[in-house]
Amino acid sequence: MLKLEARPEPSRFWTYASPVLALMTTVIIGALLFSALGKNPVKGLEMFFWQPISSAYAVGELLVKATPLLIIALGLAVCFRSNVWNIGAEGQYIMGAIFAGGVALLAGPGTSAWIVLPILLAGVFGGVVWASVTALLRDRFHANEILVSLMLVYVAVQCLSFLVSGPWKDPMGFNFPQTKTFEAMTRIPRLFNGSRVNIGIFLALLGVVGLWVFLFRTRAGFALQVGGLAPAASRYAGFSSSRALWSALLISGGAAGLAGALEVAGPIGQLTIYVPAGYGFAAIIVAFVGRLHPMGMVLSAILMSMFYIGGEMAQSRLGLTKSLTGVFQGLLLFSLLACDTLVNYRWVHRMKGRT
Amino acid sequence: MSTPRLQLTGITKRYPSVVANSDVSLTVMPGETHAVLGENGAGKSTLMKIIYGSVKPDAGSVMFNGQTVTIANPQEARALGLSMVFQHFSLFDTLTVAENVWLGLSKTLTLAQVTRSIEVKAAEYGLDIDPARPVHTLSVGEMQRVEIIRALLTHPQLLILDEPTSVLTPQAVEKLFVVLKKLASEGCSILYISHKLHEIRELCTACTVLRGGKVTGVCNPQQESNASLSRLMIGAEPPQLHHREQDPGPSQLRVSGLTLPRADQFGVNLENISFEVRSGEVVGIAGVSGNGQKELQRALSGEDTRAARGSVRIGRTDVTALHPGQRRAMGLHFVPEERLGRGAVPTLSLAHNLLLTRQESIAWPKLMGGWIRVSQLEAKAADIIARFNVKAGGPRSLARSLSGGNLQKFIVGREIDANPKLFVVSQPTWGVDVGAASQIRAAILALRDAGCAVLVISEELDELFEVCDRLHVIARGQLSPSVPVAEATVEKIGEWMSGLWDDEVQARLAQMDQEAVHAQA
Repeated sequence: MLKLEARPEPSRFWTYASPVLALMTTVIIGALLFSALGKNPVKGLEMFFWQPISSAYAVGELLVKATPLLIIALGLAVCFRSNVWNIGAEGQYIMGAIFAGGVALLAGPGTSAWIVLPILLAGVFGGVVWASVTALLRDRFHANEILVSLMLVYVAVQCLSFLVSGPWKDPMGFNFPQTKTFEAMTRIPRLFNGSRVNIGIFLALLGVVGLWVFLFRTRAGFALQVGGLAPAASRYAGFSSSRALWSALLISGGAAGLAGALEVAGPIGQLTIYVPAGYGFAAIIVAFVGRLHPMGMVLSAILMSMFYIGGEMAQSRLGLTKSLTGVFQGLLLFSLLACDTLVNYRWVHRMKGRT
Repeated sequence: MSTPRLQLTGITKRYPSVVANSDVSLTVMPGETHAVLGENGAGKSTLMKIIYGSVKPDAGSVMFNGQTVTIANPQEARALGLSMVFQHFSLFDTLTVAENVWLGLSKTLTLAQVTRSIEVKAAEYGLDIDPARPVHTLSVGEMQRVEIIRALLTHPQLLILDEPTSVLTPQAVEKLFVVLKKLASEGCSILYISHKLHEIRELCTACTVLRGGKVTGVCNPQQESNASLSRLMIGAEPPQLHHREQDPGPSQLRVSGLTLPRADQFGVNLENISFEVRSGEVVGIAGVSGNGQKELQRALSGEDTRAARGSVRIGRTDVTALHPGQRRAMGLHFVPEERLGRGAVPTLSLAHNLLLTRQESIAWPKLMGGWIRVSQLEAKAADIIARFNVKAGGPRSLARSLSGGNLQKFIVGREIDANPKLFVVSQPTWGVDVGAASQIRAAILALRDAGCAVLVISEELDELFEVCDRLHVIARGQLSPSVPVAEATVEKIGEWMSGLWDDEVQARLAQMDQEAVHAQA
């Protein structure tokens, strides 16, 4: 009989092998799913795992989607490591998009291309403002940050919807809920012709390095994580818990806001009610699948981006629903949680005859 | 010869990293008070859990009154006539005594019946308790009485007591022993778990000694000496400490009129606490836990900064508004009693745990709290591991991978290595084996000899008598006057632990007044 037994030490091997096993499980269940839907499982899996990397253009699209996921996840990792449960990155992302869009709308025909800088800063500011509402309510009134940040997502959605169907609506837009298309000079500089990849990817990679240094080499980053791992030890050491709360939320709010700015001033190019694409929520999965580690999150962001593209492909080429993206995200997260059991437990074979 | 009440044969229990019990055999006769002696981690608790059915052994058999039994859970154990009083009480604070007892008994009884039977049992054994009182108003000794009455109401043939005296004043211990002796005389067998040698020698007629999960001896403790029992228990006699005479220097910590309302419902109010600790002396604070020690520590360390301005001074500086980091910078280093989670972060390496209280390996402290120099940090940790004889894989071992005693050595080492001017340590040797304990005590004395002011807060009277120069007692949030250890006796400190120093203080004040009158005359 097989039985789970606690390990004396967490297994180093399974810390790395568990995500791989989880991915394999996801692929197998995915294949079964495609068969059950009456589709060729090889074709189905190809949409998710081969098409997104089959050409330079496809890789570019993969990176375009991975960039906001990674930037948001980097910020969330700071939060989750300090035990601050910011579930509202989506809201901070939307606010970043609104602030950035507001600045972009100010541009006229004669504006310099340097306007990109204020656009990005406005995005960061928007995310910070939105996250600080949560921080303030938690710090002053002990409100639960999970609920507050989540509810603020819906407030942000309503703000966006009000602006694009009211004051900021494009007069030439046939009454669609959207702003006018931003002027060309507001667009985030692209890296290559023929690809939508822009400098956002450099900002994301810079964030990866910055986060690694902050978490593992600065005392401020250390203090933040102690607050998450052992609050009593943090009080004993004299680290301020409210400073940790504020810095975690402001960093993640700023990151989500930056992602929002990069998105509206980049691939989208205008504010519409379709700006919220669920990146803020998907980034939570990115953060955990990447083990809240900067390098791990690079890989998980790319993986999650594959699921987004794969879902779209499955819709357009196989006639399946786009919700498959969500199914795959969920499958991966659940498999990972299940496989993580092996980090702290091991299978033991029990002799028969003993009870 | 009659049938043994309980007979264990060849009990073995393995955990992933340790063998808790290895081929342990134990025989308890009817009416016998049998001690199970051993250090922390010797496997006593695992053995009791096996008897009580909450842990299953990997091998071995259990016989009760001559019958082989398999006890699957504590309910079955109670049905057989086994009862256990745990070290940590399992009582609901918000319920009354009777309600708590009622919870553990057969559902057919009414509360009124239970109340009556509590009164009968209490009278029979002289266990004075009011069934209608809510548990949170009881003292620790009274809570234990509730646990014992609850156990007795199941009419046990075997009563297991796990370290029952660790929370009691010496006087309460004597009362407990009277009850236990009466029980034994009526034919109830008692398994008495402890590491306190004098208690076992007073109470028990048989003793099984465990070390490292194995039985190292079976004897009659009344025919043994403390030294011979100690050899069986730890394999050696603990080394003697040298207490050097020295005159204390200037005051390092002065607490005056510290009054602090409790921070949570089950806390203790501190009332008008005053004392001082001077360089080169060790001051002890004795007392049963839950009498304000926790609250006092937080007020001293800076984790609680609500104290009135001026009531806590380090040197000459008022520190009441300073947080723990600022007080540490002034030379106050503090070791809390909770090691994992407060004194150390379980999931971080020993090296990173240094960062909680040490700043040496930090460069550019102005920028983001400073840059961590990892190699320097690990070298420092390796240094402390070597200096304080910590058994650990190295500076990168996780804090939680160390045994309690070794982690305590590391934490005490971390704070002593900082060369504190003022050292506050709470329960320095709680759950630490005898060898490590004497090492920690020696380190405390060395610190004192080097001119540091030391405050030791502990429940272990033996320990306080060993290391301290002066003793205070804390009871119900109030602090007794200090008494030099040379003049203190266990009886007197024991009385003070129940808060009975007022009469004595009044008497002494009256005497001083009289002397003053005489002097004038």
